[in-house]
Amino acid sequence: MDWEALRLSLRLAGWTILVLLPIGIVLGRVLAWRRFRGKALVESLLALPLVLPPTVLGYYLLVALGNASPLGELYESVTGRQLVFSFGGLLVASVVFNLPFAIQPMQRAFEGISQEVRDAAACCGLTRWRTLWRIELPLAWPGIVSALVLTFAHTLGEFGVVLMVGGNIPGETRTIAVSIYDRVQAFDDAGAAVMSATLLVICLAAIGATYFSASRMSGRGHG
Amino acid sequence: MILLVTLLSGTASRVTAAEIPALAAASDLKFAVEEIAAQFRASTRREVKLVFGSSGNFYRQIEHGAPYQIFMSADEDFVFKLAKAGRTEDQGQLYAVGRIVLYAPHRSRLAIDEQLAGLKAAAAAGQVRRFAIANPEHAPYGRAAEQALRKVGLWDTLRPRLVLGENVSQAAQFASGGSAEGGIFAYSLALSPQIAKLGRHVLIPEAFHDPLRQRMALVKGAGESARAFYRYLQEPPARGVLKRYGFTLPDERT
Repeated sequence: MDWEALRLSLRLAGWTILVLLPIGIVLGRVLAWRRFRGKALVESLLALPLVLPPTVLGYYLLVALGNASPLGELYESVTGRQLVFSFGGLLVASVVFNLPFAIQPMQRAFEGISQEVRDAAACCGLTRWRTLWRIELPLAWPGIVSALVLTFAHTLGEFGVVLMVGGNIPGETRTIAVSIYDRVQAFDDAGAAVMSATLLVICLAAIGATYFSASRMSGRGHG
Repeated sequence: MILLVTLLSGTASRVTAAEIPALAAASDLKFAVEEIAAQFRASTRREVKLVFGSSGNFYRQIEHGAPYQIFMSADEDFVFKLAKAGRTEDQGQLYAVGRIVLYAPHRSRLAIDEQLAGLKAAAAAGQVRRFAIANPEHAPYGRAAEQALRKVGLWDTLRPRLVLGENVSQAAQFASGGSAEGGIFAYSLALSPQIAKLGRHVLIPEAFHDPLRQRMALVKGAGESARAFYRYLQEPPARGVLKRYGFTLPDERT
Protein backbone atom coordinates (compact mmCIF):
# COMPACT_ATOMS: atom_id res chain seq x y z
CA MET A 1 0.00 0.00 0.00
CA ASP A 2 1.49 3.28 -1.13
CA TRP A 3 0.37 5.62 1.66
CA GLU A 4 2.46 8.46 0.32
CA ALA A 5 0.54 8.32 -2.96
CA LEU A 6 -2.80 8.24 -1.16
CA ARG A 7 -1.81 11.22 0.98
CA LEU A 8 -0.68 13.07 -2.11
CA SER A 9 -3.95 12.36 -3.91
CA LEU A 10 -5.97 13.53 -0.90
CA ARG A 11 -3.86 16.67 -0.68
CA LEU A 12 -4.31 17.33 -4.39
CA ALA A 13 -8.06 16.78 -4.13
CA GLY A 14 -8.24 19.04 -1.08
CA TRP A 15 -6.38 21.89 -2.76
CA THR A 16 -8.44 21.45 -5.92
CA ILE A 17 -11.75 21.94 -4.12
CA LEU A 18 -10.31 24.83 -2.13
CA VAL A 19 -9.36 26.63 -5.34
CA LEU A 20 -12.56 25.70 -7.16
CA LEU A 21 -14.96 26.65 -4.35
CA PRO A 22 -14.77 30.43 -4.85
CA ILE A 23 -14.40 30.06 -8.63
CA GLY A 24 -17.44 27.82 -8.75
CA ILE A 25 -19.58 30.12 -6.61
CA VAL A 26 -18.73 33.22 -8.64
CA LEU A 27 -19.07 31.60 -12.07
CA GLY A 28 -22.04 29.47 -11.02
CA ARG A 29 -23.97 32.57 -9.89
CA VAL A 30 -23.07 34.56 -12.99
CA LEU A 31 -24.04 31.75 -15.35
CA ALA A 32 -27.26 31.03 -13.45
CA TRP A 33 -28.64 34.58 -13.37
CA ARG A 34 -26.95 36.75 -15.93
CA ARG A 35 -27.50 36.89 -19.63
CA PHE A 36 -24.70 38.16 -21.77
CA ARG A 37 -23.31 37.84 -25.24
CA GLY A 38 -21.20 34.77 -25.73
CA LYS A 39 -22.68 33.01 -22.70
CA ALA A 40 -23.17 29.81 -24.68
CA LEU A 41 -19.53 29.96 -25.70
CA VAL A 42 -18.35 30.43 -22.12
CA GLU A 43 -20.54 27.57 -20.95
CA SER A 44 -19.24 25.34 -23.73
CA LEU A 45 -15.63 26.12 -22.86
CA LEU A 46 -16.23 25.39 -19.20
CA ALA A 47 -17.94 22.10 -20.04
CA LEU A 48 -15.20 21.06 -22.44
CA PRO A 49 -13.16 18.97 -19.97
CA LEU A 50 -16.21 16.67 -19.65
CA VAL A 51 -15.79 15.43 -23.19
CA LEU A 52 -12.17 16.20 -24.00
CA PRO A 53 -9.84 13.21 -23.79
CA PRO A 54 -7.43 13.64 -20.87
CA THR A 55 -4.59 13.23 -23.33
CA VAL A 56 -5.62 16.37 -25.23
CA LEU A 57 -5.62 18.35 -22.03
CA GLY A 58 -2.39 16.65 -20.98
CA TYR A 59 -0.72 17.63 -24.20
CA TYR A 60 -1.76 21.28 -23.95
CA LEU A 61 -0.72 21.44 -20.31
CA LEU A 62 2.65 19.94 -21.14
CA VAL A 63 3.14 22.66 -23.74
CA ALA A 64 1.69 25.43 -21.57
CA LEU A 65 3.45 24.56 -18.32
CA GLY A 66 6.88 23.57 -19.64
CA ASN A 67 9.67 25.94 -18.72
CA ALA A 68 10.04 26.95 -22.35
CA SER A 69 6.52 28.43 -22.18
CA PRO A 70 5.67 31.96 -21.00
CA LEU A 71 3.56 30.62 -18.13
CA GLY A 72 6.29 28.20 -17.08
CA GLU A 73 8.92 30.93 -17.26
CA LEU A 74 6.80 33.35 -15.28
CA TYR A 75 6.15 30.76 -12.58
CA GLU A 76 9.83 29.90 -12.40
CA SER A 77 10.96 33.51 -12.17
CA VAL A 78 8.46 34.19 -9.36
CA THR A 79 8.81 31.01 -7.33
CA GLY A 80 12.18 29.71 -8.49
CA ARG A 81 10.54 26.36 -9.07
CA GLN A 82 9.38 24.48 -12.13
CA LEU A 83 5.69 24.13 -12.82
CA VAL A 84 5.85 21.01 -14.90
CA PHE A 85 6.63 17.78 -12.97
CA SER A 86 5.59 19.45 -9.73
CA PHE A 87 2.65 19.46 -7.36
CA GLY A 88 1.82 23.01 -8.46
CA GLY A 89 1.60 21.92 -12.08
CA LEU A 90 -0.60 19.01 -11.12
CA LEU A 91 -2.89 21.37 -9.21
CA VAL A 92 -3.23 23.64 -12.24
CA ALA A 93 -4.10 20.60 -14.35
CA SER A 94 -6.54 19.34 -11.77
CA VAL A 95 -8.32 22.70 -11.45
CA VAL A 96 -8.75 22.98 -15.21
CA PHE A 97 -9.89 19.40 -15.51
CA ASN A 98 -12.48 19.77 -12.76
CA LEU A 99 -14.04 23.07 -13.86
CA PRO A 100 -17.28 21.48 -15.11
CA PHE A 101 -17.56 19.18 -12.10
CA ALA A 102 -17.41 22.15 -9.76
CA ILE A 103 -19.30 24.78 -11.73
CA GLN A 104 -22.23 22.88 -13.19
CA PRO A 105 -23.81 21.58 -9.95
CA MET A 106 -23.35 25.02 -8.37
CA GLN A 107 -24.92 26.71 -11.39
CA ARG A 108 -27.95 24.40 -11.17
CA ALA A 109 -28.22 25.12 -7.46
CA PHE A 110 -28.23 28.89 -8.00
CA GLU A 111 -30.71 28.51 -10.86
CA GLY A 112 -33.02 26.83 -8.35
CA ILE A 113 -33.26 30.00 -6.25
CA SER A 114 -36.30 31.89 -7.52
CA GLN A 115 -36.28 35.51 -8.55
CA GLU A 116 -38.91 36.31 -5.88
CA VAL A 117 -36.66 35.14 -3.09
CA ARG A 118 -33.82 37.29 -4.34
CA ASP A 119 -36.15 40.26 -4.83
CA ALA A 120 -37.46 39.81 -1.31
CA ALA A 121 -33.96 39.80 0.05
CA ALA A 122 -33.20 43.01 -1.81
CA CYS A 123 -36.45 44.60 -0.55
CA CYS A 124 -35.51 43.79 3.03
CA GLY A 125 -32.47 45.98 2.53
CA LEU A 126 -29.93 43.24 2.73
CA THR A 127 -26.58 44.10 1.20
CA ARG A 128 -25.26 41.89 -1.57
CA TRP A 129 -22.80 40.21 0.78
CA ARG A 130 -25.49 39.54 3.37
CA THR A 131 -27.81 38.22 0.68
CA LEU A 132 -25.07 35.88 -0.44
CA TRP A 133 -24.28 34.67 3.08
CA ARG A 134 -27.77 34.52 4.57
CA ILE A 135 -29.98 33.63 1.61
CA GLU A 136 -28.17 32.34 -1.47
CA LEU A 137 -25.47 30.11 0.01
CA PRO A 138 -27.78 28.33 2.47
CA LEU A 139 -30.25 27.64 -0.35
CA ALA A 140 -27.58 26.56 -2.82
CA TRP A 141 -25.65 24.57 -0.22
CA PRO A 142 -26.66 21.04 -1.34
CA GLY A 143 -25.54 21.83 -4.89
CA ILE A 144 -22.28 23.29 -3.67
CA VAL A 145 -21.56 20.28 -1.49
CA SER A 146 -22.26 17.84 -4.28
CA ALA A 147 -20.03 19.89 -6.59
CA LEU A 148 -17.19 19.69 -4.09
CA VAL A 149 -17.63 15.97 -3.49
CA LEU A 150 -17.75 15.23 -7.21
CA THR A 151 -14.63 17.29 -7.75
CA PHE A 152 -12.86 15.61 -4.86
CA ALA A 153 -13.68 12.10 -6.04
CA HIS A 154 -12.92 12.94 -9.64
CA THR A 155 -9.48 14.27 -8.67
CA LEU A 156 -8.70 11.04 -6.83
CA GLY A 157 -9.58 9.14 -9.96
CA GLU A 158 -7.80 11.33 -12.49
CA PHE A 159 -5.17 9.36 -14.33
CA GLY A 160 -4.45 10.32 -17.92
CA VAL A 161 -3.47 13.94 -17.33
CA VAL A 162 -1.34 13.05 -14.32
CA LEU A 163 0.45 10.35 -16.26
CA MET A 164 1.25 12.83 -19.01
CA VAL A 165 2.35 15.89 -17.04
CA GLY A 166 3.30 14.47 -13.65
CA GLY A 167 6.45 12.46 -14.21
CA ASN A 168 5.61 9.99 -11.44
CA ILE A 169 7.70 11.58 -8.67
CA PRO A 170 7.05 9.98 -5.26
CA GLY A 171 5.54 12.48 -2.84
CA GLU A 172 5.29 15.15 -5.52
CA THR A 173 3.29 13.86 -8.49
CA ARG A 174 2.79 10.12 -7.97
CA THR A 175 -0.91 9.96 -7.22
CA ILE A 176 -2.75 6.89 -6.02
CA ALA A 177 -4.20 6.23 -9.49
CA VAL A 178 -0.73 6.29 -11.09
CA SER A 179 0.66 4.19 -8.25
CA ILE A 180 -1.99 1.53 -8.90
CA TYR A 181 -1.00 1.51 -12.56
CA ASP A 182 2.64 1.06 -11.53
CA ARG A 183 1.79 -1.83 -9.22
CA VAL A 184 -0.05 -3.58 -12.05
CA GLN A 185 2.86 -2.97 -14.42
CA ALA A 186 5.28 -4.36 -11.86
CA PHE A 187 3.10 -7.49 -11.56
CA ASP A 188 2.32 -6.67 -7.94
CA ASP A 189 -1.35 -7.60 -8.10
CA ALA A 190 -1.71 -7.71 -4.32
CA GLY A 191 -0.55 -4.10 -3.98
CA ALA A 192 -2.84 -3.00 -6.79
CA ALA A 193 -5.78 -4.84 -5.23
CA VAL A 194 -5.36 -3.18 -1.83
CA MET A 195 -5.04 0.30 -3.27
CA SER A 196 -7.91 -0.17 -5.71
CA ALA A 197 -10.16 -1.34 -2.90
CA THR A 198 -9.15 1.66 -0.78
CA LEU A 199 -9.95 4.04 -3.58
CA LEU A 200 -13.24 2.27 -4.28
CA VAL A 201 -14.33 2.65 -0.66
CA ILE A 202 -13.33 6.31 -0.45
CA CYS A 203 -15.12 7.20 -3.68
CA LEU A 204 -18.21 5.21 -2.78
CA ALA A 205 -18.34 6.88 0.62
CA ALA A 206 -18.01 10.31 -0.96
CA ILE A 207 -20.67 9.75 -3.60
CA GLY A 208 -22.92 7.93 -1.13
CA ALA A 209 -22.70 10.83 1.30
CA THR A 210 -23.89 13.31 -1.33
CA TYR A 211 -26.81 11.15 -2.39
CA PHE A 212 -27.75 10.62 1.23
CA SER A 213 -27.61 14.31 2.06
CA ALA A 214 -29.41 15.20 -1.18
CA SER A 215 -32.29 12.87 -0.40
CA ARG A 216 -32.51 14.23 3.14
CA MET A 217 -32.48 17.79 1.83
CA SER A 218 -35.26 17.15 -0.68
CA GLY A 219 -37.20 15.24 1.97
CA ARG A 220 -36.99 18.23 4.27
CA GLY A 221 -38.05 20.55 1.46
CA HIS A 222 -41.24 18.64 0.81
CA GLY A 223 -41.96 17.78 4.42
CA MET B 1 -28.60 8.57 -41.88
CA ILE B 2 -25.26 9.12 -43.59
CA LEU B 3 -23.63 8.84 -40.19
CA LEU B 4 -25.38 5.56 -39.61
CA VAL B 5 -24.22 4.19 -42.94
CA THR B 6 -20.64 5.24 -42.21
CA LEU B 7 -20.77 3.61 -38.81
CA LEU B 8 -22.17 0.39 -40.23
CA SER B 9 -19.67 0.26 -43.05
CA GLY B 10 -17.01 0.75 -40.39
CA THR B 11 -18.00 -2.50 -38.74
CA ALA B 12 -18.13 -4.28 -42.08
CA SER B 13 -14.56 -3.29 -42.92
CA ARG B 14 -13.32 -4.85 -39.70
CA VAL B 15 -13.35 -8.17 -41.48
CA THR B 16 -10.58 -7.03 -43.79
CA ALA B 17 -8.74 -5.24 -40.99
CA ALA B 18 -8.53 -8.51 -39.09
CA GLU B 19 -6.39 -9.93 -41.88
CA ILE B 20 -3.75 -7.28 -41.26
CA PRO B 21 -1.69 -8.67 -38.40
CA ALA B 22 -0.98 -6.52 -35.37
CA LEU B 23 2.52 -6.44 -33.97
CA ALA B 24 3.27 -5.49 -30.37
CA ALA B 25 6.68 -3.86 -30.04
CA ALA B 26 8.59 -2.35 -27.13
CA SER B 27 8.62 1.43 -27.31
CA ASP B 28 12.39 1.67 -27.83
CA LEU B 29 11.71 0.20 -31.28
CA LYS B 30 9.31 2.96 -32.28
CA PHE B 31 11.31 4.61 -35.03
CA ALA B 32 13.34 1.60 -36.17
CA VAL B 33 10.43 -0.78 -36.62
CA GLU B 34 8.30 1.89 -38.29
CA GLU B 35 11.04 2.21 -40.87
CA ILE B 36 11.34 -1.55 -41.28
CA ALA B 37 7.58 -1.89 -41.70
CA ALA B 38 7.57 0.79 -44.40
CA GLN B 39 10.25 -1.13 -46.33
CA PHE B 40 8.33 -4.36 -45.81
CA ARG B 41 5.15 -2.82 -47.20
CA ALA B 42 6.97 -1.45 -50.21
CA SER B 43 8.74 -4.69 -51.06
CA THR B 44 6.01 -7.23 -50.29
CA ARG B 45 2.80 -5.19 -50.57
CA ARG B 46 1.71 -6.77 -47.32
CA GLU B 47 0.49 -4.79 -44.35
CA VAL B 48 1.30 -4.92 -40.65
CA LYS B 49 -0.21 -2.84 -37.87
CA LEU B 50 2.30 -1.56 -35.35
CA VAL B 51 1.48 -1.05 -31.69
CA PHE B 52 4.17 0.36 -29.41
CA GLY B 53 4.13 0.23 -25.65
CA SER B 54 5.73 -1.30 -22.61
CA SER B 55 6.84 -4.90 -22.91
CA GLY B 56 5.34 -5.81 -19.55
CA ASN B 57 1.93 -4.52 -20.64
CA PHE B 58 2.09 -6.51 -23.86
CA TYR B 59 3.16 -9.59 -21.96
CA ARG B 60 0.09 -9.33 -19.79
CA GLN B 61 -2.22 -8.67 -22.72
CA ILE B 62 -0.88 -11.55 -24.82
CA GLU B 63 -1.05 -13.83 -21.81
CA HIS B 64 -4.75 -13.00 -21.71
CA GLY B 65 -5.26 -13.62 -25.39
CA ALA B 66 -4.74 -10.18 -26.99
CA PRO B 67 -4.83 -10.59 -30.78
CA TYR B 68 -1.19 -9.66 -31.48
CA GLN B 69 0.58 -11.96 -33.88
CA ILE B 70 4.17 -10.90 -33.22
CA PHE B 71 5.66 -9.78 -29.91
CA MET B 72 8.93 -7.84 -29.95
CA SER B 73 9.92 -7.50 -26.33
CA ALA B 74 12.64 -5.30 -24.86
CA ASP B 75 13.19 -7.92 -22.17
CA GLU B 76 13.62 -11.51 -23.29
CA ASP B 77 12.18 -12.90 -20.07
CA PHE B 78 8.70 -11.89 -21.14
CA VAL B 79 9.04 -13.98 -24.31
CA PHE B 80 10.35 -16.94 -22.31
CA LYS B 81 7.39 -16.69 -19.95
CA LEU B 82 4.91 -16.59 -22.81
CA ALA B 83 6.63 -19.55 -24.43
CA LYS B 84 6.34 -21.46 -21.19
CA ALA B 85 2.65 -20.59 -20.99
CA GLY B 86 2.23 -21.88 -24.52
CA ARG B 87 1.15 -18.53 -25.92
CA THR B 88 3.99 -18.18 -28.43
CA GLU B 89 5.04 -20.71 -31.02
CA ASP B 90 8.51 -21.15 -29.52
CA GLN B 91 11.18 -19.32 -27.56
CA GLY B 92 11.59 -16.98 -30.50
CA GLN B 93 14.67 -15.11 -31.68
CA LEU B 94 17.05 -12.71 -30.04
CA TYR B 95 16.85 -9.83 -32.53
CA ALA B 96 18.85 -7.05 -30.89
CA VAL B 97 20.77 -5.98 -27.84
CA GLY B 98 19.95 -2.47 -26.72
CA ARG B 99 22.17 0.29 -25.38
CA ILE B 100 21.46 3.34 -23.29
CA VAL B 101 22.62 6.94 -23.60
CA LEU B 102 23.03 9.93 -21.37
CA TYR B 103 21.10 12.73 -23.05
CA ALA B 104 20.90 16.47 -22.50
CA PRO B 105 18.57 18.83 -24.36
CA HIS B 106 20.09 21.93 -26.00
CA ARG B 107 18.84 24.25 -23.26
CA SER B 108 20.54 22.21 -20.57
CA ARG B 109 24.06 23.12 -19.44
CA LEU B 110 24.75 19.56 -18.39
CA ALA B 111 28.16 18.33 -19.58
CA ILE B 112 27.80 14.83 -20.92
CA ASP B 113 30.50 12.17 -21.00
CA GLU B 114 30.35 8.41 -20.99
CA GLN B 115 31.68 8.00 -17.46
CA LEU B 116 28.86 10.30 -16.25
CA ALA B 117 31.43 12.58 -14.57
CA GLY B 118 29.69 15.74 -15.78
CA LEU B 119 26.39 14.51 -14.45
CA LYS B 120 28.02 13.69 -11.13
CA ALA B 121 29.54 17.16 -10.85
CA ALA B 122 26.26 18.85 -11.78
CA ALA B 123 24.34 16.72 -9.30
CA ALA B 124 26.83 17.50 -6.54
CA ALA B 125 26.50 21.21 -7.33
CA GLY B 126 22.72 20.94 -7.14
CA GLN B 127 22.31 21.91 -10.78
CA VAL B 128 20.21 18.91 -11.71
CA ARG B 129 16.63 19.67 -10.81
CA ARG B 130 14.94 17.06 -12.96
CA PHE B 131 16.41 13.98 -14.57
CA ALA B 132 14.31 11.58 -16.65
CA ILE B 133 14.52 7.80 -16.84
CA ALA B 134 11.92 5.11 -17.49
CA ASN B 135 10.32 3.60 -14.41
CA PRO B 136 12.91 1.03 -13.21
CA GLU B 137 10.18 -0.95 -11.48
CA HIS B 138 8.86 -2.31 -14.71
CA ALA B 139 10.63 -0.82 -17.76
CA PRO B 140 13.77 -2.73 -18.88
CA TYR B 141 15.44 0.52 -19.98
CA GLY B 142 14.61 2.11 -16.65
CA ARG B 143 16.26 -0.80 -14.92
CA ALA B 144 19.38 -0.35 -17.04
CA ALA B 145 19.40 3.37 -16.25
CA GLU B 146 19.18 2.64 -12.54
CA GLN B 147 22.04 0.14 -12.77
CA ALA B 148 24.21 2.68 -14.59
CA LEU B 149 23.46 5.38 -12.01
CA ARG B 150 24.22 2.96 -9.18
CA LYS B 151 27.43 1.93 -10.91
CA VAL B 152 28.80 5.48 -10.72
CA GLY B 153 27.35 6.05 -7.25
CA LEU B 154 24.80 8.60 -8.39
CA TRP B 155 21.56 6.76 -7.65
CA ASP B 156 20.98 8.05 -4.13
CA THR B 157 21.90 11.63 -5.05
CA LEU B 158 19.69 11.75 -8.11
CA ARG B 159 16.77 9.73 -6.80
CA PRO B 160 14.74 12.67 -5.46
CA ARG B 161 15.31 14.45 -8.79
CA LEU B 162 14.05 11.67 -11.02
CA VAL B 163 11.03 11.98 -13.26
CA LEU B 164 9.88 8.55 -14.29
CA GLY B 165 8.50 7.84 -17.72
CA GLU B 166 5.82 5.18 -17.96
CA ASN B 167 7.92 3.61 -20.72
CA VAL B 168 11.27 4.48 -22.29
CA SER B 169 9.63 6.56 -24.99
CA GLN B 170 7.99 8.83 -22.42
CA ALA B 171 11.31 9.06 -20.59
CA ALA B 172 12.86 10.29 -23.84
CA GLN B 173 10.07 12.80 -24.25
CA PHE B 174 10.53 14.08 -20.67
CA ALA B 175 14.31 14.27 -21.13
CA SER B 176 14.20 16.09 -24.45
CA GLY B 177 11.26 18.39 -23.75
CA GLY B 178 13.42 20.99 -22.04
CA SER B 179 11.83 20.67 -18.62
CA ALA B 180 14.53 18.30 -17.36
CA GLU B 181 18.31 18.77 -17.36
CA GLY B 182 18.69 15.43 -19.06
CA GLY B 183 17.95 11.75 -18.90
CA ILE B 184 19.00 8.21 -19.65
CA PHE B 185 17.08 6.26 -22.25
CA ALA B 186 17.44 3.97 -25.27
CA TYR B 187 20.17 4.70 -27.81
CA SER B 188 17.69 3.80 -30.57
CA LEU B 189 15.45 6.71 -29.56
CA ALA B 190 18.35 9.16 -29.22
CA LEU B 191 19.36 8.32 -32.79
CA SER B 192 15.92 9.06 -34.24
CA PRO B 193 15.94 12.39 -36.08
CA GLN B 194 13.02 13.67 -33.98
CA ILE B 195 14.90 13.34 -30.71
CA ALA B 196 18.45 13.80 -32.00
CA LYS B 197 17.68 17.35 -33.14
CA LEU B 198 16.57 18.38 -29.65
CA GLY B 199 19.80 17.65 -27.83
CA ARG B 200 23.11 15.83 -27.41
CA HIS B 201 23.80 12.31 -26.27
CA VAL B 202 26.67 10.04 -25.35
CA LEU B 203 26.66 6.24 -25.23
CA ILE B 204 26.93 4.71 -21.75
CA PRO B 205 29.39 1.76 -21.53
CA GLU B 206 27.77 -1.65 -21.83
CA ALA B 207 29.52 -2.77 -18.67
CA PHE B 208 27.43 -0.33 -16.60
CA HIS B 209 24.27 -2.41 -16.83
CA ASP B 210 22.94 -5.90 -17.55
CA PRO B 211 22.60 -6.50 -21.28
CA LEU B 212 19.26 -5.42 -22.74
CA ARG B 213 18.56 -8.62 -24.63
CA GLN B 214 15.54 -8.09 -26.84
CA ARG B 215 13.68 -11.13 -28.07
CA MET B 216 10.75 -11.60 -30.39
CA ALA B 217 8.38 -14.46 -31.08
CA LEU B 218 5.37 -15.37 -33.17
CA VAL B 219 2.23 -15.61 -31.09
CA LYS B 220 0.27 -18.82 -31.60
CA GLY B 221 -2.19 -18.53 -34.44
CA ALA B 222 -0.10 -15.99 -36.36
CA GLY B 223 -1.13 -15.65 -40.00
CA GLU B 224 0.84 -15.63 -43.22
CA SER B 225 1.55 -11.87 -43.27
CA ALA B 226 2.86 -11.99 -39.73
CA ARG B 227 5.13 -14.89 -40.60
CA ALA B 228 6.42 -13.01 -43.61
CA PHE B 229 7.20 -9.98 -41.47
CA TYR B 230 8.83 -12.13 -38.81
CA ARG B 231 11.13 -13.56 -41.46
CA TYR B 232 11.71 -10.11 -42.92
CA LEU B 233 12.86 -8.84 -39.53
CA GLN B 234 15.74 -11.31 -39.65
CA GLU B 235 16.88 -10.41 -43.16
CA PRO B 236 19.68 -7.99 -44.05
CA PRO B 237 17.56 -4.90 -44.86
CA ALA B 238 15.76 -5.01 -41.52
CA ARG B 239 18.95 -5.84 -39.65
CA GLY B 240 20.58 -2.89 -41.37
CA VAL B 241 17.91 -0.58 -39.99
CA LEU B 242 18.27 -1.98 -36.47
CA LYS B 243 22.03 -1.52 -36.70
CA ARG B 244 21.58 2.05 -37.86
CA TYR B 245 19.40 2.69 -34.81
CA GLY B 246 22.28 1.61 -32.59
CA PHE B 247 21.26 -1.93 -31.73
CA THR B 248 23.93 -4.59 -31.40
CA LEU B 249 22.89 -7.47 -33.60
CA PRO B 250 23.14 -11.03 -32.36
CA ASP B 251 24.34 -13.87 -34.52
CA GLU B 252 21.57 -15.65 -36.33
CA ARG B 253 21.93 -18.70 -34.12
CA THR B 254 22.08 -17.10 -30.67
